[in-house]
Parts: sequence; C-alpha cells; structure tokens
Amino acid sequence: MEYDTAFKTISDLGRLLATREISSVELTHDYLRRIEQYDRRIGAYLAVTADLAVDQAECADRLLARGEGGPLTGIPMALKDILSTRGLPTTCGSRILEKYIPQYSATVVEKLERAGAVLLGKTNMDEFAMGSSNEHSAFRPVRNPWDFDRVPGGSSGGSAAAVSAGMAAFALGTDTGGSIRQPASLTGTVGLKPTYGRVSRYGLVAFASSLDQVGPITRSVRDAALVLQVIAGWDPRDSTTARADVPDYVAALDGGIRGLRLGLPIEYFGEGMSPGVEARIRSAVDAFRDLGATVEEISLPHTHYGISTYYVISPAEAMANLARYDGVRFGLSSAGCDIWETYANTRQAGFGREVKRRILLGAYALSAGYYDAYYLKAQKVRTLVKAELDRAFQRFDALLAPTSPTVAFKIGEKAGDPLQMYLSDVYTVPANMAGNTGLSVPAGLSEGLPVGLQILGRQLDEATVLRVGHAFEEATGYSADRPDLSAAAPA
Amino acid sequence: MAVSREVVEHVAALVHLGLDPSETEELARDLSSVLEHVAILQQVDTRDVSPTGHALEMRDVMRDDVVVPSWSPQEVLANAPRRNGDFFEVQGILD
Repeated sequence: MEYDTAFKTISDLGRLLATREISSVELTHDYLRRIEQYDRRIGAYLAVTADLAVDQAECADRLLARGEGGPLTGIPMALKDILSTRGLPTTCGSRILEKYIPQYSATVVEKLERAGAVLLGKTNMDEFAMGSSNEHSAFRPVRNPWDFDRVPGGSSGGSAAAVSAGMAAFALGTDTGGSIRQPASLTGTVGLKPTYGRVSRYGLVAFASSLDQVGPITRSVRDAALVLQVIAGWDPRDSTTARADVPDYVAALDGGIRGLRLGLPIEYFGEGMSPGVEARIRSAVDAFRDLGATVEEISLPHTHYGISTYYVISPAEAMANLARYDGVRFGLSSAGCDIWETYANTRQAGFGREVKRRILLGAYALSAGYYDAYYLKAQKVRTLVKAELDRAFQRFDALLAPTSPTVAFKIGEKAGDPLQMYLSDVYTVPANMAGNTGLSVPAGLSEGLPVGLQILGRQLDEATVLRVGHAFEEATGYSADRPDLSAAAPA
Repeated sequence: MAVSREVVEHVAALVHLGLDPSETEELARDLSSVLEHVAILQQVDTRDVSPTGHALEMRDVMRDDVVVPSWSPQEVLANAPRRNGDFFEVQGILD
C-alpha cells in the first residue's frame, strides 16, 4: 500500500481521495514514512512539518467528506525553503537565515493552502538559489535518487529529489537560470518555469528580481498544469505580476499537436552536450514528427552569449538583494566593535563561498569603471537574446531543446570549478533572460540516468508548452520511470 | 581578465563582506576565471541597442492611494537580533 501511493500523480491520488479509497491522513502518513525511510540518505528536506501536515490532512478529509475541495485538496506537497512560510523557519539553505521565521506566507503558499494541499516540509536548496547541483546548501548536499553519488541538480535539488523519490506528490521550486528545469531533468521529473510575471514573487526571497520565477515540480505534465492553475495570476502585492487572465491550463492539455510548428535551435547541439543526451533529444524529435507536428531547425546565434550575460546580470541583482542581510533586522548577527564590523563579520560568517563569489562578481560588474563594460553591456546583449527568441516564436509555436548538456554528474565533480558549473546552465538561461516559459519533461534514460527535454514557449503561453509536453508524455511514457531506492533503505 | 587580491579586497569592502586571506586568494582566482569567459560579451555589436532591465513590458504600475493595515511592531521585530522597545537596536552609524 505504501509503495502503491508513492509514485502516483496528483490526478491518481485525487481519484483515490475522491472515492474515499484512501484518506488524506493515510496518504500523508505514507509520505511521512517514506521521508523517514529514505531522506536520511537523500537529504531533500531541511524541515519536515509532520504535525502540521496531519492537521492539514484532517481538515482536507473533512472537506472531501462533504464533497468539497479541488484537485489539490489533501495532496501532500513540499516547498523549497526560499518560500516564506508564516511561523515556520525559512532558511534559503543559508546559515545567515538559519533561525529566521517569517511572519507572513508567500502568495503561492497561501494559494496552495486555500486549495487544501498538505505541507510535508521545506526542501533543501543551493544557498539563496545560487547553484546547479545542490552542493552549495550550507547544511548538507542533496543526493540524486537515481544514484546517490550524483547530484540532483539545483538550485531546487531538494524539491526535485523529493518528488523523484516519492517523498512528495509535488513540490514548488524556483527558477532564475534553470533551477526548476535542470533538477527536474536530472531527476526524471517534470519542471515548469512559468513566464516572468505569471506567478507572484511576493514572499519569495529574492535572488535576481528580473529573472526569478516560482514553478511546480511534478510527476506528470497534467500535474504541472493542475498546480500552475492554482498558483498563477496577478497579485496586487507583487507589482511585477502580469495582469493577463489565467486560462484553463488543464482543459488546454488535450488538444493534440498535429500541425504545430516546433523549432530546434542548432546552436544547442554543440560541444559540451553528451552523445547520450543528444540521442534522447533526437529521438524526441522523431516522436513529435510521429505525432503530426513539424520540426525544423533554427539558428539562434546569441545562444553563445547566454551564460556570460546571465552571469553578469544575475550576480549584480543578487548583490543588491543580499545587501539586506546585515545582522540588523533579522537573521544571523555577529557583532563587531562598530556597525561596519558587524556588517562584515555577519556576512562573512553567514554566507557560503558560492554566495560570496556571486556578490563580488555582481559588485565588480556594477562598480565605477566597470559598469559600462559589464552590466550595461550585458543588459544590451539581453535585449538581443530576447529579440532573437521573439523572432523565433514568429515562425514556431514552441522550441525543443535539451534541458541539460549532460545527465547528473557526480558530487564534487564540478563544485571546485565555478565556471564549469555555470556552463551547465547554457540551455536554460535564455528563457529567464527573455522572460519566456520553459518546461522540462522526462525524455528517457542515458547510462541509466534521466534526460530532460526542454520545451520553450512564448511569453504567457504555458498552455501550448504544457500541451506539447503532455502529448510527448502520453506517447512515450517516460514520466513513469522511477528510481530504484533499495540502496537508501536503512538496514 | 586577471583580478588581483587588491581588487577583491576593494570590492569586498564596497559590499561590507569580511574575507580572510585564503578566501581572498581563491575568490580572486574564481572571479578571474569567470570574468575571462564573460569577456566574450565585448564581441557583440550593441550599437543602437537599448538595455533590457525587465523582461515583461510594463510601465508605471500603480495602486490606489488608500491606507491599508500594515504589520504590528511585534511582527516587524519578531526576528530582530537586538531590540529596544519598539525599535531595532543598532550600533551608531554617524559620529
């Protein structure tokens, strides 16, 4: 019974709950047991909120017994620890916020609560969302459920690992340069980065304000649509949210994709991409042609400048956003003999190496004498990257690409070489810089490890991206692949 | 683009980030490596290109000038490292 519920989708679980074959309390206990059984090895959770989860499950069961509730009622979920949860620690994977307890919840958290989802806990992440491997958490790394010696990706590594290992039915992650899509790809789950402004950032601890987005990590594309339906929408508390109506994402899934025009950016198939990943993507292209879509190549020459642009703009924005951690109003405070020493000591003690790296990079790019050459230049190249993508979407309804150039790499393999780590974001950063939406769906295995296919869409066109992903998933069944966790079970 | 220790120390001071000497060395190397890669941006012709600060077209997002409840002092000060009544206590900034 326990194993039966573990890898089910929200849709499957919803059916079991609706027919009362299982209660939300039973379901919640199943997930809590699995967390107890596997998470010591995997490290996906920073905090497990067992009592709260059971209380919420009991509420959900009462709603369900009255025939009320929606698709997420009673469904156990996890939240990346960068999302403010009132009364619960929100650490952002950092020592500087280790004891910080927000006095409010993020809009997306409130929406999921109102929808009746059950909170299992807060997930591990690269510190302040800076990383692509979840090795930069101040607390412990997360391990990939498919191979515990490998990374799950990052920065939403905990959320992805939790869903991948059946330790949550779904999770929320955040994506600034690929941090939902890349870990989804490496863990064989579905990850959606909505259009910038589609989902409220109120209560999301800021990394890069013009790039950050909150999105779902799920076991199926339909599930991603179900979660997006709840969290999307204009929010008066976030002035960067789009006023656009929220369409019915679930209804839009089943249109089929016959006649849809799909583009394949040739620059994405260059050096650095492993042959195994390329093979899965080429195979996916065949699958789309079989489904009646057209797939044609397109050149996006500014792809080569994506990483450089991103790694100037995002650290610059991060430097500004992390200036608030100064030991005065919240978080770690390490007093010095005067205020300046207090600032310096607090930030030295509280921030990890990767965060320090990015703050310095950002400050350098913005400093007098370098601003024009770095930050302003990067912003102009960003315009060109965006314009190029916009032109592509005049010819195509969606673009296909790999999510990550490789499958999950070994823990420690790239951590010592920041540039190597940064280069693994090459396929994901364009969507953040242009503000477009991107979905990663499982596309099969290479060397026994998951490969993700990325589907990029027009701004505010999540419906098409989800429809394409759903068609692929239905045709191939790769989303049902699951890791063998027997090595994680305690003796 | 080689970044020296002195530059790292200068930038660290700008952002009030304390660093010990070994950190400074390693960060100088890391920054040099990244900035070297980032230098390819100079190859791009950006004459007549305006910068993008924001990916979604949006201007002048306003709300009605209506007073709404804000937070209580208790909520605001809940995570304060040092508190004095309804105030954050902080070391002097001006002499």
